[in-house]
Amino acid sequence: MTNSPLVTPRLLPLGDAAWSVEFGDSIDPSLHARVMGFAQSLKNLQAENALPGVSEWVPSFRSLTVYFDPLQTDAEQLAATLLRVAGDSTEVVAHGRRWRIPVCFGGAGGPDLDDLARASGLDTDAMIARMTSTVFHVYMLGFMPGFPYMGGLPPEFSLPRLATPRKSVAARSLAVTGNLCAIYPWESPGGWRLLGRTPVNLFDAADSRRPALFAPGDTAMWQAIDAETFHSMEAEAARGQLDRAQFLVAEGSPWPVR
Amino acid sequence: MAGTLKVLDGGATTTLQDAGRHGYRSLGVALSGALDPLWLACANALVGNPADTVALEMRVLGPRLEIAQGSLCLALAGDAEVQLIRSNQNSSALPAWRSITLEAGDVLHIGAIRSGVAYLAVAGGIDVPEQLGSRSTYARAKIGGIDGRALRSGDILPGGDHAVVTTLAHPLTHAHGYAHATGPIRVLPGPQDDCFTEEALAIFFSTAYTVTHDLDRMGIRLSGARLTHHPAKGADIVSDGVTPGAIQAPADGQPILLLADCQTVGGYPKIATVISADLPRLAHLLPGMQVNFATVTRAQAHAALRAQAAALQEWIAGLAPHRPAGWVNEAALYGDNLISGMVDAGVNET
Repeated sequence: MTNSPLVTPRLLPLGDAAWSVEFGDSIDPSLHARVMGFAQSLKNLQAENALPGVSEWVPSFRSLTVYFDPLQTDAEQLAATLLRVAGDSTEVVAHGRRWRIPVCFGGAGGPDLDDLARASGLDTDAMIARMTSTVFHVYMLGFMPGFPYMGGLPPEFSLPRLATPRKSVAARSLAVTGNLCAIYPWESPGGWRLLGRTPVNLFDAADSRRPALFAPGDTAMWQAIDAETFHSMEAEAARGQLDRAQFLVAEGSPWPVR
Repeated sequence: MAGTLKVLDGGATTTLQDAGRHGYRSLGVALSGALDPLWLACANALVGNPADTVALEMRVLGPRLEIAQGSLCLALAGDAEVQLIRSNQNSSALPAWRSITLEAGDVLHIGAIRSGVAYLAVAGGIDVPEQLGSRSTYARAKIGGIDGRALRSGDILPGGDHAVVTTLAHPLTHAHGYAHATGPIRVLPGPQDDCFTEEALAIFFSTAYTVTHDLDRMGIRLSGARLTHHPAKGADIVSDGVTPGAIQAPADGQPILLLADCQTVGGYPKIATVISADLPRLAHLLPGMQVNFATVTRAQAHAALRAQAAALQEWIAGLAPHRPAGWVNEAALYGDNLISGMVDAGVNET
């Protein structure tokens, strides 16, 4: 990571019960690393009970929103604390968990794969090779529970959203648009380009400690699987027998080479 | 034994809601919860429940419910057309802001919800499992309530455990419903008021906007004078955190008021955000209504919230035993020892 000069964060009011702390106005890995550094500082402060009345915070691409109870918190005092802590926070990279998630590319689950390959000048196999050798990183979750907005998409795959969004995108579809990549946790309407599907569930409400597979700050690589493997893993997941932990890459170990 | 409610007809959009699902917004999980937590608290107080107990939130057109077994003490907060048909076929209107104990075979026919939203609380709450710390229905993730969806015909709602709440010795009532503040909806400008022109800001705070038919638990689309974005900023921002009460304006310049089920992040500039004290008022906006916005200071927003908490406590303190017409103060006639036996025998019921 380069030692870019630290931008001075900006504090914005989101009503009387939330502050947004903004580090910049673009989607940029180093700005997001500042956001994650700030989130880490907040976690430490909360562990010391130094954030009374703060209920939660939401990291996003280039800012972080802190929610609090105005009857329990002096908003101005909290604002001063947030600005000070944000100003001191440094970039935290690769602070989250690392995943290697199986994806079945193409076929009915990836109707836009060939188009995207053509647009990038690659053949389909080369495109899959490129997608599975790229590390994506989770900027934030939003749109629906567990939906990860991920950066790192190779620029040659950058295409705008479909002019007419699909009425229905299958659950667990791997999708790209612009310079972002995501997986739809549930069936939903959507305008992103679909490359394939994963058998892994992205959100499990029964797991109250970690309902979402991904968290902001996590990184992931895709591992190509064939349709047969996809179906058997999907069936395992439906029976609640597909342990998500098996897709974690151990801490300290290098990313597996394809 | 706590009774059971059977849904004969779910109504337009009846969901189970409590205080909402806090602590999961960073995972994209909406807050959800009652659109009007004040009326939820009132309905719960009328049946002796803690303020945040899960209850039925009814909008547009209410449900038809039958007491399937046992007996249930329940109460309505809001302005709705409610017909009570007792098991002996006697029919009467059910007044709001008063608790009543119903028996197996009694049917509640809840019609138009004139107040935009209304709450039906059941003593002991509704016994559905908590998911991620809340029983609130959140349709997008299909969690909370009954299978994460609105109530429909055939659903069974088990009344909660009476043992965990104060059992009321007699029905409670209040001289008047809990009234919300009136006047313009109060807001704090921002977080992206600088994305709009000076004229747009002036217009927003001086003209009325009309509530359209495009409204649900995620938000309300308003229509009115166009809010022009600052040419240097445009109508899109890099998505950041949002919250119920945030007022965003996409490229068409027509404001959208976000409500409890709104997404956790959004990419439209937010011109202003409704103060916490006025959030419950948004639940009562109906298509065609006019709404004005006024800026207040943070100190005023804080004072309004404190005053509101005090007003709710005062309202709850004003609850009194309900004395039906012809009620005789038997305690005064015969002495306290006698009346306590009679209350237990249920003679003081409506």
